[in-house]
Amino acid sequence: MELKGKKVAILGDRDGIPGPAIQECLKSAGAEVVFSTTECFV
Amino acid sequence: MDLENQKRIKELADKHGKDDLIIILGGAEAEASGLAAETVTSGDPTFAGPLAGVQLGLSVFHILELKDQVDEQIWEDQVSMMEMVLDVDEIIKEVQTYRN
Repeated sequence: MELKGKKVAILGDRDGIPGPAIQECLKSAGAEVVFSTTECFV
Repeated sequence: MDLENQKRIKELADKHGKDDLIIILGGAEAEASGLAAETVTSGDPTFAGPLAGVQLGLSVFHILELKDQVDEQIWEDQVSMMEMVLDVDEIIKEVQTYRN
């Protein structure tokens, strides 16, 4: 799956990989972030 | 999965179309990641939120599956620490089951 140019929604995890960290990664891959959040599953 | 986020995902799928939206997870555990993946593909398994009974069928991946597409330095700064402590294989295996 190629991320470049794709619209992505991020469901990060406070105890895993948080939304902002994933957002940085996906931006570097050329994806368009349309939503980002960090959930707490506890 | 958070009920408010279920609502947002549903709205985004309606706005952008199911085929053009990809969900990326950052869950720390295989089970929680699998539940989130299930929610955005076949519907909320707990039947509590807006996605109960709604089969969005969205593409869903865990960020740990996408390392090869991310800038190496950014990965190092943002993810590598958690990559060392999480059960990467188990998480990926669980999320993949919802794409098949």
